Amino acid sequence: MLMPLNPVKIRKDFPIFERTVRDGKKLIYLDSGATSQKPFAVIDAEVNFYKFHNAAVHRGAHQLAEEATDAYEGARGLVAGFIGASVDEVIFTKSATESINLLAYAMGNAPRGNRFALSPGDKIVVTEMEHHANLIPWQELSNRTGATLDWFQVNDEGRLDLSTLHAVISPETKVVAITHQSNVLGTINPLDEILKRAHEVGAVVVLDACQSIPHLAVDVSTLGVDFLAFSGHKALGPTGVGILWGKAELLDQLPPFLYGGSMIESVTMTESTWAPSPRKFEAGVPNMAQAVGLGAALEYLQAVGLNAIHKHEIDLTMQLINGLQKIEGVKIFGPTNNIMRGGTVSFAVDQIHPHDLGQYLDSLGIAVRTGHHCAWPLNKKLGVAATTRASFYLYNDSDEVEALLDGVLGAQKYFARFS
Amino acid sequence: MNLDNMYQEVILDHYKHPEHKGLSAKKDVQVHHINPSCGDEITLNLSMSGDVVTEITWDGIGCSISMASVSMMSGLLTGKTREEAQSILAAFLELMQSKGTESGDEVLLEDAVAFAGVSKFPARIKCALLGWMAFKDAAFQVVH
Repeated sequence: MLMPLNPVKIRKDFPIFERTVRDGKKLIYLDSGATSQKPFAVIDAEVNFYKFHNAAVHRGAHQLAEEATDAYEGARGLVAGFIGASVDEVIFTKSATESINLLAYAMGNAPRGNRFALSPGDKIVVTEMEHHANLIPWQELSNRTGATLDWFQVNDEGRLDLSTLHAVISPETKVVAITHQSNVLGTINPLDEILKRAHEVGAVVVLDACQSIPHLAVDVSTLGVDFLAFSGHKALGPTGVGILWGKAELLDQLPPFLYGGSMIESVTMTESTWAPSPRKFEAGVPNMAQAVGLGAALEYLQAVGLNAIHKHEIDLTMQLINGLQKIEGVKIFGPTNNIMRGGTVSFAVDQIHPHDLGQYLDSLGIAVRTGHHCAWPLNKKLGVAATTRASFYLYNDSDEVEALLDGVLGAQKYFARFS
Repeated sequence: MNLDNMYQEVILDHYKHPEHKGLSAKKDVQVHHINPSCGDEITLNLSMSGDVVTEITWDGIGCSISMASVSMMSGLLTGKTREEAQSILAAFLELMQSKGTESGDEVLLEDAVAFAGVSKFPARIKCALLGWMAFKDAAFQVVH
């Protein structure tokens, strides 16, 4: 039996909830899918790094350099522990977007004969529900290499149509890049079938875990994917830090993306060799304080418990979905049951553009996301230019869901004034 | 912040009953502008006779602010000379950049002064400007 979360107590750990918005309104933050708020533990970790330990990691023979390196590598250990990885498989980047670009560019750098080398006739597979960050790097890689881009479609329920599994993932497929959880629909994608087929044809599977890692327990040692990317700032961590995880034997074969300091083994005027992973992929002085902040964030999440967080978010999600279904003129995009879904709900209200709805909700202190959520092709598939999205996290509570539902009703009245 | 500052009656009225909406068969220039941050988009047809704007028609999808703004602009700029249109456009731009400190030149902007309230909401300024920027682009293309 999971201990239920106490969001009121949790909110006390987040200084931003001490402030009000729009002339004294309580902040109801329902935009954690875009970025999460930060607890004191994270802010303090970042500040303390600068205050007490700041030095360039992996260089220098002085005490500060040692402490900075310990803090930075300690954070890597925390990330590895959090996702069930080996330490050397965890690469710090500046964002999940950079993580995926790193992979795509590194594959593009692969010489003929390397297992990642792509050429015309090869295939890269994505899905229609990808965030632009897990679509465009692959579009561009296919443009650069001549490989074909193919994709899984999204059905009316907002789930992947896997009836085409064997046609889409064909023997030519080298890369399958999919999101773990849709940032628009909340859908959690089933991985088993996709993994089985992908590995059967020798493709690697890249998982965009930005929307899942912060909210549910993910263990790469049993998940079965080959690469995984997520961002720190959606998981209570600072901005400016992301993670790329890859299986050790694959990282060994993957060429570097960024070249420069730190990533080398030896250098002459004409050629160089590379350090092993993760150093091979971390050229330059990294975002050290941010990595340390991310370590603190993951410790915080672990202390609360990922299973409890996921359960809490699903309870709020079902409360919102049930409430929205009772309001006339509201359409929900994505699964309306709690099976394989996370705490993100996108919806549209008849006659009210999402921007106007978002503006009205903002006047009540309710922060939601409006727009295409960086998933333009998915929006086109859904037949809408934009949606309104509420996304939950551990600091949200049931009263806030009621406030959102009241806000939707209020907006309907407000914008019906003139017709 | 009072929401009514932004959602003036005249704005919602134009949103619900847009003017010059529906693309004309004939035009000198057609432009398509999108707001990449939100997905709002409009197509605008411009016809000019010599130096005078003879017809503006448009179609599009977007929020009340972007749709009302293009609706109002179309009426305001039709029949104006290029120079008059430019000065109205400049006045509207200035109003949008005023961060709520100006009420707008009613002689030039007429009903479009209603958008003064929008200038207090930085995220919505680009909504109000979508149609105006499309016109600016189209007017430039007519000459070049």
